[in-house]
Amino acid sequence: MSTGPAILHSAREVAERRAHSPHTSMFARMLVRAAMLRRGRAASALLAMIVAAAVATAMMNLYVDVQAKLRNEFRSYGANVIVVAKSGEASTAQAATTAPSLPPDAITRIESALGPQTLAVPFAYAVARTSDGQSIVVVGTDFARARELNHWWKVSHWPAPQIDARLVGGDNAAPAPPVEALVGIRAAAVVAPKREPFDLTFQGKAIHLAPAGLLQTGAAEDSRIYLDQTEFQSWTDVSPTTIELAINGSPEEIQQGINKLAAALPGADIRPVRQIMEGEANVLNKTRATLYASATLVVLTSALCVLATLIGWVFDRRRDFAIMKALGASERLVNLFFAAEAAALGVIGALIGFLIGIGVAAWIGRVNFHAPVVPRFSVFPYVLAGSVAVALIAAVLPIGLLRRVQPAIILRGE
Amino acid sequence: MFPRLVYESFRRQTRRKLLAGVAITLGVAVATAMIAVATDIGDKINRELRTYGANLVITPQEDTLDVEIGGVNLKPPSDGAFLNEADLPKIRGTFWHHNIVGFSPMLPVAVKLRTSDGDKNKGDKSDSAKDVTLVGTYFNKKLTFGKEEFTTGVRITHPWWKVEAGEGSCGDGHLASVPRTESRGPGRVEDSAANVNAATSPESGDTSSCGWPSDDSQNVLLGERLAARLDKHPGDSLDINNQQFQISGILSTGNVEDNQIVAPLAVAQQILGKPGAVRRVFVSALTKPPDALSARDPKTMTPEVYDRWYCSPYVDSIAYQLQEAIPHSHAEQIRQVAQNEGTVLTRIKGLMLLVTLAALLASALAVSAAMATAIFERRVEIGLMKALGAGNLAVSAIFFAEALLLAFFGGISGFIAGSLLAHQIGRSIFSSQISIQPVLFPIIIAIAVFVTFAGSVAAIRRAVKFDPVFSLRGQA
Repeated sequence: MSTGPAILHSAREVAERRAHSPHTSMFARMLVRAAMLRRGRAASALLAMIVAAAVATAMMNLYVDVQAKLRNEFRSYGANVIVVAKSGEASTAQAATTAPSLPPDAITRIESALGPQTLAVPFAYAVARTSDGQSIVVVGTDFARARELNHWWKVSHWPAPQIDARLVGGDNAAPAPPVEALVGIRAAAVVAPKREPFDLTFQGKAIHLAPAGLLQTGAAEDSRIYLDQTEFQSWTDVSPTTIELAINGSPEEIQQGINKLAAALPGADIRPVRQIMEGEANVLNKTRATLYASATLVVLTSALCVLATLIGWVFDRRRDFAIMKALGASERLVNLFFAAEAAALGVIGALIGFLIGIGVAAWIGRVNFHAPVVPRFSVFPYVLAGSVAVALIAAVLPIGLLRRVQPAIILRGE
Repeated sequence: MFPRLVYESFRRQTRRKLLAGVAITLGVAVATAMIAVATDIGDKINRELRTYGANLVITPQEDTLDVEIGGVNLKPPSDGAFLNEADLPKIRGTFWHHNIVGFSPMLPVAVKLRTSDGDKNKGDKSDSAKDVTLVGTYFNKKLTFGKEEFTTGVRITHPWWKVEAGEGSCGDGHLASVPRTESRGPGRVEDSAANVNAATSPESGDTSSCGWPSDDSQNVLLGERLAARLDKHPGDSLDINNQQFQISGILSTGNVEDNQIVAPLAVAQQILGKPGAVRRVFVSALTKPPDALSARDPKTMTPEVYDRWYCSPYVDSIAYQLQEAIPHSHAEQIRQVAQNEGTVLTRIKGLMLLVTLAALLASALAVSAAMATAIFERRVEIGLMKALGAGNLAVSAIFFAEALLLAFFGGISGFIAGSLLAHQIGRSIFSSQISIQPVLFPIIIAIAVFVTFAGSVAAIRRAVKFDPVFSLRGQA
């Protein structure tokens, strides 16, 4: 707050400046001077406005973005859609081993139908025999993809890319080095308790395998042996029968993806993994609802607090109001003046608050999800409209109360 | 004089005090609600994560290899070891039994399905017998451990299993014998059990409970794909190994069970000829996300650390205790479910924590702004007091006393409002109570007082610095 002498001094200056300056409108000058002279009050009202706008922006940004972020996290649960070659008799033991396989270009077809961000992992199954005659399930897959899809697989060491091993073996014309395999922890106890190389036979064809690493999942994978797909196919001649897909998106988007897949792969049976999809939908909905409730609560509170602060501010200026009226200003002009002031406050508050809010949302995104929340400028009109509306209500409400009071009474200080 | 000044200030300036009081109440209410929700959300989401199904599996210790592709077991059924069904209730006797939401035993059996009335599948010429897998399990089985009664089964551990019943098969008392009597002790646990089973309570007449066979019946569920191939419907009878069973519903799981028959455990044991045998048990437990302690090997721990590990509901320590409880068993986490729970839980908890922080900051600022405004409006009053000879200290004291009173009453009403809000959020979103720790009350009041003081300090300091002359002349 400026003190008396400062005002006197500046008044002389102002008079001088005014004589030389072009005649700006009285209205605009009043607006600016009102804010300048009562800096403290204007600043505290503006601060409240900025906080409310910032919180609203951050909440809206988060609310929109968090779903996408959380969906990403949920993809670590693995495949949510499974493509299986359509077979009449998959339920019988015999049929399962000789099920019709998917077309060899199935993966490329899936990727062209759904775009590259969809993760598709092929699996081919066969039942082989160990050297002592036990049956064991051997799976051919693409290790790089499986590793990306199934984050929960606990693998002591992933097999090296197989192509190199093959080339080296071919050049030397020596007996090919054992093919590296990923051995399930329970399978390992049977075939390679000391992690030594072992042999498997499938329909009379033998293969020499070296366990590269142990696989532990707690499920059926533990009693299987995983091979690289090309190795597997050259050994068993069985091509992939199952493709596991991780489609990112909302349930509707996943359904669209399934429809697209059905068109791209007419011979396949495509089904969503209900366990994964329902769990995800459930948790996501609850989280979203909680966030929504919190966001509404916080935005509402800050709006109400801004309202309270602004009403106090306008009420405090009833002397300005009375003087304006005493000098002959029309009711309309006074209303307009206060409304313009409030609107200006709302716009400035919304602008600064929006920038801060985006910062806050980005910070939360970085801290919690290790990925920034993308600023959504589409939120800005809502924040702006909300801020201006709150400011206008705060300005018009006290004016309506004051209108009935005679200016003289206010000026006398009663 | 001092109390009178403060009292009169409240009596005569009700509007201003009300505005500041409302601001504090609102701020505190939001803070309370957000803190309550944020502290409880981990527990709530943990329960929601149980919709992913079991996170632990118990298998016989000397189990042979599963030879299974796509849910079809290619191994002779009598092969391998079994668990004893009689041991299962002991799961409730483990240290963390409150955290065990449910368990379901599984006993797959290969059976021959005779389809006399013509198979739709033209490729099937092997007369009319089909090999299918029949899985015996608990649906909603009532068990007792000691004096405790509880129910468990796939309807708790596999919530995504949906059963479609035919017309007329509902309300005929299939499940009327399964009232849910939960005696799990603390209200919170019971609450969640009610949550899990709210939709399956037979008394409510909910349609989702019809179609499920009773655990002591000879009725079975038919997988949806198998049913479509056989052209069977609920109510039809099924010839399994030359025995007649009634289909009570069509099961849809989106998984291998769609091609199987699911029957009460006793039926599967009788077909296999091994009463009391169980192949594996799926356990659904509430766990704590893994941290540094859980990653350590219990064998290398000091007794002290071991006790701490044992008494923390990590998935590994629960598995360890299950293994202790059930003889000749091996319990292991299902990593797909167990490992990812932690990440999702941490993310959601972190998110709510940060949102709560932002909310606290916003309400603190809002309260400060309201207090600053309230004090600023009273320059004339301050001027008058100082003109009458009051020192800066006396003036500040009055204002701080007022702020303290405001904060106190605003804090109490805000805490009540916030508790109600949290309660409402819990009811509407998680359909269970959000527990508000009593320790939260003093914390909230302390925060309210602190924030109100902090908001007042700057304004009071500025206000007492005014030259009373200017403020009385109205030029400030």
